Amino acid sequence: MIRTRLTLAILSLFALAACSAAPGIWGWYVIDPSTSSGWTNVKFLFRGFSSTIQISVLAAVASIIIGLIVALPAFAQNRWLRLPNRIYVEFVRAIPLLPMLFWVFYGLPVVLRSMGITLNIDPFWGAVITLALSDSAFTAEIFRSGIQAVPRGQAEAAQTIGLSRAQAMRYVILPQAVRRILPPLANQFIYIVKMSAFASVIGMEELTRRANELVVTEYRPLEIYTLLILEYLVLVLIISAGVRWLERKMNADESR
Amino acid sequence: MANTERTKHAITMDAVNKWYDDFQVLQDISLTVDHGEKLVICGPSGSGKSTVVRLLAGLETHQKGTIHVYDQPVDAQGRGDIGMVFQQFNLFPHLSVLDNLTLGPMRALGMPKLEARDRAMAYLERVRIPEQADKRPGQLSGGQQQRVAIARSLCMEPKLMLFDEPTSALDPEMIAEVLDVMEDLASDGMTMICVTHEMGFARRVADRVAFMDQGEIVEIAPPEIAFTAPKSARFAQFLDKILKH
Repeated sequence: MIRTRLTLAILSLFALAACSAAPGIWGWYVIDPSTSSGWTNVKFLFRGFSSTIQISVLAAVASIIIGLIVALPAFAQNRWLRLPNRIYVEFVRAIPLLPMLFWVFYGLPVVLRSMGITLNIDPFWGAVITLALSDSAFTAEIFRSGIQAVPRGQAEAAQTIGLSRAQAMRYVILPQAVRRILPPLANQFIYIVKMSAFASVIGMEELTRRANELVVTEYRPLEIYTLLILEYLVLVLIISAGVRWLERKMNADESR
Repeated sequence: MANTERTKHAITMDAVNKWYDDFQVLQDISLTVDHGEKLVICGPSGSGKSTVVRLLAGLETHQKGTIHVYDQPVDAQGRGDIGMVFQQFNLFPHLSVLDNLTLGPMRALGMPKLEARDRAMAYLERVRIPEQADKRPGQLSGGQQQRVAIARSLCMEPKLMLFDEPTSALDPEMIAEVLDVMEDLASDGMTMICVTHEMGFARRVADRVAFMDQGEIVEIAPPEIAFTAPKSARFAQFLDKILKH
């Protein structure tokens, strides 16, 4: 699986190289690492990786925690107790990412100030908060459906051997739900990585922002944005390789 | 035979009624089961026979009437006091056979691991599959899985065992091995209520056979009477269908 993906990546690079042979269209010199100015540009672009990765990882962790908290009321017997879960999921899921980013970055500090809290949200935390909130609605749904997919008989059997509801969750339901939850959760991580590009519009110096800045000075959008896409491709390929590994490992555990 | 030494009944159900919305699944079920008694419940599907054992197991609630198991309501029973064996086994697929058996004693009773293992192995011997202890349920045949499920319940040393069509999901050649284990259990004096259509088992093991139809207990009698001289036309018809093949 990894080998197929790697082959695909290399093939696409060859395709690009072939394109570069077409005269007059491409100007790869701008990011040619063998020249000193090209190398400086590449280094400038690659320094965006650390912000993109940090934002994505923090947002993913926060999203999982928020998602779990939001998912819990969904298992209440009483439908009014389940309501907060539905409202949160339906509401947050409906907000497009970019408006939410603007609201968090420009609006939230005003709200906080009115409550007597002076807190300037910098682009980094603005991006983390927005991505985490936006993604948490989906994470909550993944948790809910993963847990609900465990057959009812499992909880019933746990009850008849004397386990409490919490023990049944801890020892019987969750270990089985994790197998259903992890793969879609990892896919959400890919989504977060890609959506972190929006952080560029509030001035976060991540991959996309740096590409934009270089385009302004070098005036070579085709080459620079092509490299930008490849940068995201590399990140996503690494994550999906991790997902495959996880799925294989869990399948192996299941049949052991 | 029914244990007549003690006066207190193992189970007392008094005018129990249950509805799913407007649909009445149980109508005025009144039933007493003695200590050590083996009761077989049969009847067509949708007759409410599974609902009766699920109520006794505390998996469902009823709206009218009272249920007492050893003079206590069902929700006041000790942890694992009422054992239940399901049609679909409901073993925990992510745990080994041994871990399936030790989970209840360790977590519900707080038993130390080694003691729980000893107990689990003893009951695996009892159901004649100690050699499967380290396997996952998915690696066992249906008959073996159901025997593990029986052992899992026994590990809680219940006062009462409920069986909800324990052989209905099994291939024919595996039914006997499960029934053998159940007969062995019965001969040990365990109070048992078993929903089943295995009439041979009922004849050999049951003290009484209850026939249910449309949420009612239509007829209840010792098997030798019930099978040879059913009083109601419904039971006679049912037996005719069941015994034909």
